[in-house]
Amino acid sequence: MYAYDEIDRTLVNERVLEFRDQVKRRLSGELTEDEFKILRLQNGVYLQLHAYMFRVAIPYGTLASNQLRQLAHVARKYDRGYGHFTTRQNIQFNWIKLAELPDALADLAEVGIHAMQTSGNNMRNVTSDQWAGVAPGEIEDPRIWSELIRQHTTLHPEFSFLPRKFKIAITASDHDRAAIKIHDIGLRLIKNEKGETGFEVLVGGGLGRTPFIAKTIKHFVHGRDILSYIEAILRVYNQYGRRDNIYKARIKILVHELGIEKFSREVEDEWQHIQNSSLQIDDEVIEDIRSRFTYPSYEKLPHSPDELRQAAADPDFEAWRKNSVAPHKVQGYSIVTISLKPIGAPPGDATAEQMDALADLADKYSFGEIRVGHEQNLALPHVAKRDLPALWKALDKLGLATPNVNLITDIIACPGLDYCSLANARSIPIAQELTRRFANHELANLIGRLHINISGCINACGHHHVGHIGILGVEKNGEEVYQITIGGRADENAALGNLIGPGVKFDEVADVVEDIVEAYLALRERPEELFMDTVKRLGVEPFKERVYATR
Amino acid sequence: MPLVNGGKIAEDSFVKLAVDTPLPASGDILVPAERFVGEAEALLKRAGKVGVIWPNNRDIDEFVPYLGKVAAVALVFPTFRDGRAYSQARLLRERYNYRGELRATGQILRDQFVFMLRAGFDSFEVKKQADAEAFMQTAKRYSVFYQPTGDGRITALHRRMQLRHSEGVGT
Repeated sequence: MYAYDEIDRTLVNERVLEFRDQVKRRLSGELTEDEFKILRLQNGVYLQLHAYMFRVAIPYGTLASNQLRQLAHVARKYDRGYGHFTTRQNIQFNWIKLAELPDALADLAEVGIHAMQTSGNNMRNVTSDQWAGVAPGEIEDPRIWSELIRQHTTLHPEFSFLPRKFKIAITASDHDRAAIKIHDIGLRLIKNEKGETGFEVLVGGGLGRTPFIAKTIKHFVHGRDILSYIEAILRVYNQYGRRDNIYKARIKILVHELGIEKFSREVEDEWQHIQNSSLQIDDEVIEDIRSRFTYPSYEKLPHSPDELRQAAADPDFEAWRKNSVAPHKVQGYSIVTISLKPIGAPPGDATAEQMDALADLADKYSFGEIRVGHEQNLALPHVAKRDLPALWKALDKLGLATPNVNLITDIIACPGLDYCSLANARSIPIAQELTRRFANHELANLIGRLHINISGCINACGHHHVGHIGILGVEKNGEEVYQITIGGRADENAALGNLIGPGVKFDEVADVVEDIVEAYLALRERPEELFMDTVKRLGVEPFKERVYATR
Repeated sequence: MPLVNGGKIAEDSFVKLAVDTPLPASGDILVPAERFVGEAEALLKRAGKVGVIWPNNRDIDEFVPYLGKVAAVALVFPTFRDGRAYSQARLLRERYNYRGELRATGQILRDQFVFMLRAGFDSFEVKKQADAEAFMQTAKRYSVFYQPTGDGRITALHRRMQLRHSEGVGT
């Protein structure tokens, strides 16, 4: 956990006061809605279909138990008793009243939480691996760097009014859980031959109307230079990114139009001027940030404790353990993923009661720490293996032990037409129906790893392009129509999915997905061949045939 | 539209010229970049200060030959969501050491003052009287800053280093 110091606290409190003034001026009419819109977006406040939506930052997905309790408090006091975890490790509240927002922010500031730059055309919340600091084989904890970048990008005096939003993600593991290749800047933490920390820098990834996988702009940028290098990229983008068309304003379009070589030359030219400036970070600065991250004092525990062996007789426990428990870098500990995808419910939602109870469980079993992943699930990052059976029982009581992590019912979905004013089609009911179709755990397990991602419009908040099965809702002649892609993925081998054919109607979507899955089960060479590998081997054609043969 | 200069509401001595306005015989003038670049010599010879209005889509590098010759540069925010002039301002101040008046024009609200001060602006054509009057109060709204810029304010990272070292001395 990163602990705020007086400086961080002061800044967050000053931001609350500024926002309070902005809301006051809006309510008094001193600010027009047009003016206020930009200001509220700088602080995570959208106007949705029914009410204001409030997005709160959870930088790099790390939460302390007292912070989670405060999120529960906000859900209860200012909203309707629940929150929605997003694909960028944030949380959204859907029913906030404008006049109460400054108070909600002030409550959050008490525990070091803010909503700065969770929307708007600025540098968004820095995201990272939800297993940072605990994943076996990780090079080093990417959150140190995430925090450094979080600070540097917060209220940046030059880059708070960019052509469009700007997202940075960092990973330090071979397996990319942070989806860095679909970010404006993706950073892969690596070591050079001298053992020094640096980053492979990728640029220009993004989904939306014109999806691109990020390209490598530089193979190694030394850690001490990472802020100046990012600043150089942003300066080029701020000046030359398109502002005439909102759909062409992301950096991916600039990179695409200039070509990566020319773009990287521009960045290099700019970087020459600022590399050896006060943006250079020395080891002491890094150490200072590192020193404010606390790590648990792990006990020396057995690899296979008695409690775990005894519980193995319970098939329900075993199903959950095999699905939701992952290896930890320290012997005797595990990383536990908590599915926020119960059958028949909207993906990513948690009630205030669940949040409070989880905070208690984190205190009891995970050194008071909780993580949020971009798949819209939570994790307890430091659970002693001997505690797994007790934790499972407690989670099960809360409805938080659905053993479907990474399975077909672990669906990523945006809020869609049920909440969002941009949406053309519903997302949540599609997700709900699909979880009912595949509710049988044996069936889901037989299918194996399969990610379904659903977006209710072309803006792609549900990351449909990179779903193994991607579902995009559009509007055609006043009707919801869904386009279906297969073969996308968001990890280190990121790829965009391919369309299988013409769009289908709302009530056909689940049938089509069932057809695709049946085709896969028939086509795979062996049970271990995952859906995405079968699609890679055979292409779209056999799936298309199956789906459209009878339609 | 009130002008804030040196932290206070001030009289604006400059008259803005369009591309084709006849040149007044005397007085301070702000001239659009395209006219300025074409007539620089003549403009600079006349009595009265000369400033240039530099659009936010024109490379600021082009202005470099005139750095020491003008009294003011006005950068443009066509809407406050268009932030290109922040980069131009920092380049002028930090890379080219421009020391004259640096004026923000366009849609300027109080909510940009801190950013603009940090980017090097010292003069502001403010849209609303109330915002101009609130300038000093708003400019002091923030006391900590994460990024180094040319305004010389100490950053959070450096303040922490100072604290560390002063604590180290005591132990």
